[in-house]
Amino acid sequence: MLPSSHSVLGMTLSTGTNSSPGRPGVELRYLRSLLCVEATFNMDPKALGKLVESISKTVKSFKKSEVESLIILFHSLVEKPDVRLDNARLDRSTFRMVLHGLFGMTDDKLMNRVFFAFDKDSDNCISVSEWVKGLSVFLRGTFEEKLKFCFEVYYLNGDDGYISREEIFDMLKNSLHQQLSEEETDEGIKELVEITLKKMDYDNDGKISFADFEKAVKEERLLLEVFGQCLPEAKNCLDFETLAFKHILNSV
Amino acid sequence: MGVALARLVQWTATGYGTRALEITPLNEVILKEIIMFAESFIYKHPQEAKYVFVEPLEWKTDLEPTAFESGYVVSATTVKSEESDENGQPLLFLSVPQIKVRSFGQLSCLLLIAKDTKLKEAQACIEANRNPVAKILGLDYNTMKEESSVLNILDKITKDDDTESEMKMKIGILLKQLDVHLLNHSLKHISLEIRLNPAAVKNDIELLKRFSGKGEQTVLESIKYTSDYEYSNGCRAPPWRQILGEICYVLVKPHDVETLCITCSEEGVFLNGGKTDDEEINYERKGVIYKDLVTCLKEKSATFSANMSKQQTRFNEELQKGKNQPNETPKKEAASALRKAIPGSDKSTLEKNKINFGKNNMIKRLEPSLNWKTTVDSKEHRSSLHEEKHGGRLEKSAPSVSPGKAQLVRKSAEKVEEIVSESSSESEEDEEPPDHRQEANADLPSEYWQIQKLVKYLKGGNQTATVIALCSMKDFNLAQETCQLAIRDVGGLEVLINLLDTDEVKCKIGSLKILKEISHNPQIRRNIVDLGGLPIMVNILDSPHKSLKCLAAETIANVAKFRRARWAVRHHGGITKLVALLDCAQNSAEPAQSSLYDARDVEVARCGALALWSCSKSYANKEAIRKAGGIPLLARLLKTSHENMLIPVVGTLQECASEENYRAAIKAERIIENLVKNLNSENEQLQEHCAMAIYQCAEDEETRDLVRMHGGLKPLASLLNNTDNKERLAAVTGAIWKCSISKENVTKFREYKAIETLVGLLTDQPEEVLVNVVGALGECCQEYENRVIVRKCGGIQPLVNLLVGINQALLVNVTKAVGACAVEPESMMIIDRLDGVRLLWSLLKNPHPDVKASAAWALCPCIQNAKDAGEMVRSFVGGLELVVNLLKSDNKEVLASVCAAITNIAKDQENLAVITDHGVVPLLSKLANTNNDKLRHHLAEAISCCCMWGRNRVAFGENKAVAPLVRYLKSNDANVHRATAQALYQLSEDADNCITMHENGAVKLLLHMVGSPDQDLQEAAAGCISNIRRLALATEKARYT
Repeated sequence: MLPSSHSVLGMTLSTGTNSSPGRPGVELRYLRSLLCVEATFNMDPKALGKLVESISKTVKSFKKSEVESLIILFHSLVEKPDVRLDNARLDRSTFRMVLHGLFGMTDDKLMNRVFFAFDKDSDNCISVSEWVKGLSVFLRGTFEEKLKFCFEVYYLNGDDGYISREEIFDMLKNSLHQQLSEEETDEGIKELVEITLKKMDYDNDGKISFADFEKAVKEERLLLEVFGQCLPEAKNCLDFETLAFKHILNSV
Repeated sequence: MGVALARLVQWTATGYGTRALEITPLNEVILKEIIMFAESFIYKHPQEAKYVFVEPLEWKTDLEPTAFESGYVVSATTVKSEESDENGQPLLFLSVPQIKVRSFGQLSCLLLIAKDTKLKEAQACIEANRNPVAKILGLDYNTMKEESSVLNILDKITKDDDTESEMKMKIGILLKQLDVHLLNHSLKHISLEIRLNPAAVKNDIELLKRFSGKGEQTVLESIKYTSDYEYSNGCRAPPWRQILGEICYVLVKPHDVETLCITCSEEGVFLNGGKTDDEEINYERKGVIYKDLVTCLKEKSATFSANMSKQQTRFNEELQKGKNQPNETPKKEAASALRKAIPGSDKSTLEKNKINFGKNNMIKRLEPSLNWKTTVDSKEHRSSLHEEKHGGRLEKSAPSVSPGKAQLVRKSAEKVEEIVSESSSESEEDEEPPDHRQEANADLPSEYWQIQKLVKYLKGGNQTATVIALCSMKDFNLAQETCQLAIRDVGGLEVLINLLDTDEVKCKIGSLKILKEISHNPQIRRNIVDLGGLPIMVNILDSPHKSLKCLAAETIANVAKFRRARWAVRHHGGITKLVALLDCAQNSAEPAQSSLYDARDVEVARCGALALWSCSKSYANKEAIRKAGGIPLLARLLKTSHENMLIPVVGTLQECASEENYRAAIKAERIIENLVKNLNSENEQLQEHCAMAIYQCAEDEETRDLVRMHGGLKPLASLLNNTDNKERLAAVTGAIWKCSISKENVTKFREYKAIETLVGLLTDQPEEVLVNVVGALGECCQEYENRVIVRKCGGIQPLVNLLVGINQALLVNVTKAVGACAVEPESMMIIDRLDGVRLLWSLLKNPHPDVKASAAWALCPCIQNAKDAGEMVRSFVGGLELVVNLLKSDNKEVLASVCAAITNIAKDQENLAVITDHGVVPLLSKLANTNNDKLRHHLAEAISCCCMWGRNRVAFGENKAVAPLVRYLKSNDANVHRATAQALYQLSEDADNCITMHENGAVKLLLHMVGSPDQDLQEAAAGCISNIRRLALATEKARYT
């Protein structure tokens, strides 16, 4: 079982490494933490069972066994495995590593935003239930859930529930290749923002409401991740599931 | 006229003074036009014809005084016209050989008198009178005319106010009109002409060189230039000859004739005087101008011609094709650039022109030459394929490549395709649409700039920006040509295609969504293929993303509307992949992928079918689909009930059903059943394709029965009642036509009252419908009941009316239907009254053999059933001669039908006498040596009928028709036996024929026939034997007494 687990991990990680060749150190640490999966497997089964029960009540898209696997994975990712299960928290940098390594995301800014979208209670770290909820959108989310999730990622800073022009500018800042001077790039991005608004701002109030967003995306699904990737690609999802639910698959 | 003469007429180059007109096609055309003008002048403008020229037109004529008749005073050497001017001077005066003409009236008369030598006279006249306008109207008028405006003319009329100058004006205007006409005409002529140029000639010579040498298989023994020095403009002729448009001289040694010295000039290729003793060339033209070297050599050398055709049968045809392509113009421009360049002393312009022109020509001339290579040797062929591929790639990596290059790539690909896919059935929309790019800054619509901006983001943005730009671009009205072309013109097409080659699924989807829309434009299709878009799209068909597959297949469906694209799809393995898409709908067990961008399996199959439908217009693709196992899959998809799935599936099947293989497979896969089922669909398009497929398949008897057994005849019959959708009506009537070849089906149709409806469709329908309707009626009328129905519904009149059409397919069917009706004496009366027989008879003159044969067949029942048939036939002036002369045809069907007609005609003694006079006997006899049983049957009948007149029996014997007839008895066809026995019986009335028969072993064969159950045959055979026997007895008797 172990060698096969390694090979799966190795594969997943190597894809992760490929997508970001610049940070080998982080990858290594991350690799180590994942190797603890087997070690933490023999955690307190009673507490685990309870946790699974409580989370399964809110998250319907996973089977209990799957939730259990996700919790175990969560624990293996948390730096200090000795803390109590329900108190364990995932900090931002570790979470970003997961996004990067397992889900193939690359944009720092967006990964932060995804982190905040996962972090429902805004305590700057992710609890195990937030983790499972977030992943349910990632892996099993319906179109509506994903729509909502993406919108949350994008509007993040504004408490008013709109994606403002400034935010769009911020998100698109790096979307042009830097062949031109800074000024020209700025100009280009401004225009791009206008193009986006023209396309998505149906009520012409200069910002994108959820209704605008929903309408635009329903019309053209490509616009779901219009301001950058915030959902993993299908292939990465599959890989992640193979990795996380390996125990279940193998035990069946 | 003046301008045309001065500018266009080509004078011989040699010498000055009395220059002669060259005999070139252009000159001939101009002369003919002038003659036409002068000849008709007297009728068209009788007033002006009397006008007396200021100076007479004077030239040396070949006309003899004796040619002139009334209206002229003729003596031995002079002719004077009776018509004269105010001073009593004759308007025409001929004193051999000088002739003077002073009015258009006389000119007209003269040309009429000249008859065959018209052209010569006109030529002599123009040669001797270099400025006819000045002579006719006076010098002052001529100069004035140069700046003639209407005002000017009016001014002059009002000023002088005398009839004379008014007349001059009128004539002046007429001449001016002629001038414009001539200019236009010759322009047309010139535009048809091929202008050669150094690059083209060089190419030809190089290629010929490659296939020259010793040995039987080469086209020539040798070919070489007379001069090794090549001027910078590509010519080898000395500069003073270049001025005349000559390019180079070559010495050609074909296998079978002496060395030819050939001049290649701009105008074409011709033989010159050959090398003189002092190594000079006699430049004078000797003989006709050919359009190029190959044509010239073909004419001169039989071996060349034979070997050429062995090596590349298609060469000529392709050449012709290449010439007809719209991209002709630049070639001509280049040629004229050359013309300008040659005499030019400015070296730099000369250089420049040369470069330009060389490039252009390389592109153009590549077509035939490439072709040539490919047919000669498959290795070459492959290399050219490679070249094409290479070109495609180049194109992609460098979007700003010159249009010339693109053209080159495109051309070569096209040529290669033509060879690879020996497809004949590819017809529609294969012609290149004119490729018009928008002029820079010429009133560009605002969309243009907006699109340009978006393309900038496509080029310089990351995935996010690209997706935004793609989505935004999609919001433009992509169905509008301005937007389609704008995307291309700002270089968007290259980027869109490049995006397909990336790993970004979203970018690919966005790009395909746009490509799918804009590829409805024929120009864009071609651009996509030129940019190598098809192979990439074909690769996407393998993608795990279903929506990507769908979009790619849909785009392919749009792009593959022309031949080269279809070839590209096949060549890159697209057909197999598309067929694989059809299989998608089956794998429902496939794990559901959690991607948002996914489409359903059924949708994938539908898109695959759409693409296959487009591709299936090429013969080779049909084969490829079949080999990839497409038919069972299509059959399976046909069981669904989604209309949008059924239409492409049935469309593909219908397209493919033109192939025998498919028809068999369609039968085997039980597809007919589903086709019939879908005839009942609500969707008109689906009904149309189903009917079309049935039409294609119902040539086969079993299929026709299947259609009936599955209840397909009723829906077909009921669809007849809806005549608004003509395409569907054509398909439905087609299906009915083919189905009614089976008798059982006809009975059903009668039950469903389809025949009445069909008769109703004989008027006010497009030809495609008419052909089928008439075809169906032709089949139905084989039965008595239906003939009655057709007559009672008033169907005969419209049928006879259709006999005057020109559509061949329609005429073949109409004649058949009319013939079928004529079997009924009552119907025949109507046909006769409507003069239908005369119309049928005149169709014997139709150039198409099928029509001729069908008309002749139809005449047979007409003659049989007409009341006073003999008299009727005689009433057609020249009709009998026409029929007899058709025996000279080389089409077996025509011959058989004409023999049958003659059989019927010969039943009337008087007519038999006439056709005998027209030489029917030797013509029939000449046909006797044939193996075609149908022809044998009717020929034997014709012979036996023709024996009834005069000494025709003897004549058949003399023309050696008897011996071959005896051999007919060995045929396997009972009809042939009967007809032959009857003919032999008739012929055996002549003793010599009996001897011939006996010598050829007829008796034994006939004895065999006597035992036949066929009474007529028995009787004839017995009669013949008894004649032979009686002769034998008589001789014996004579010997012993």
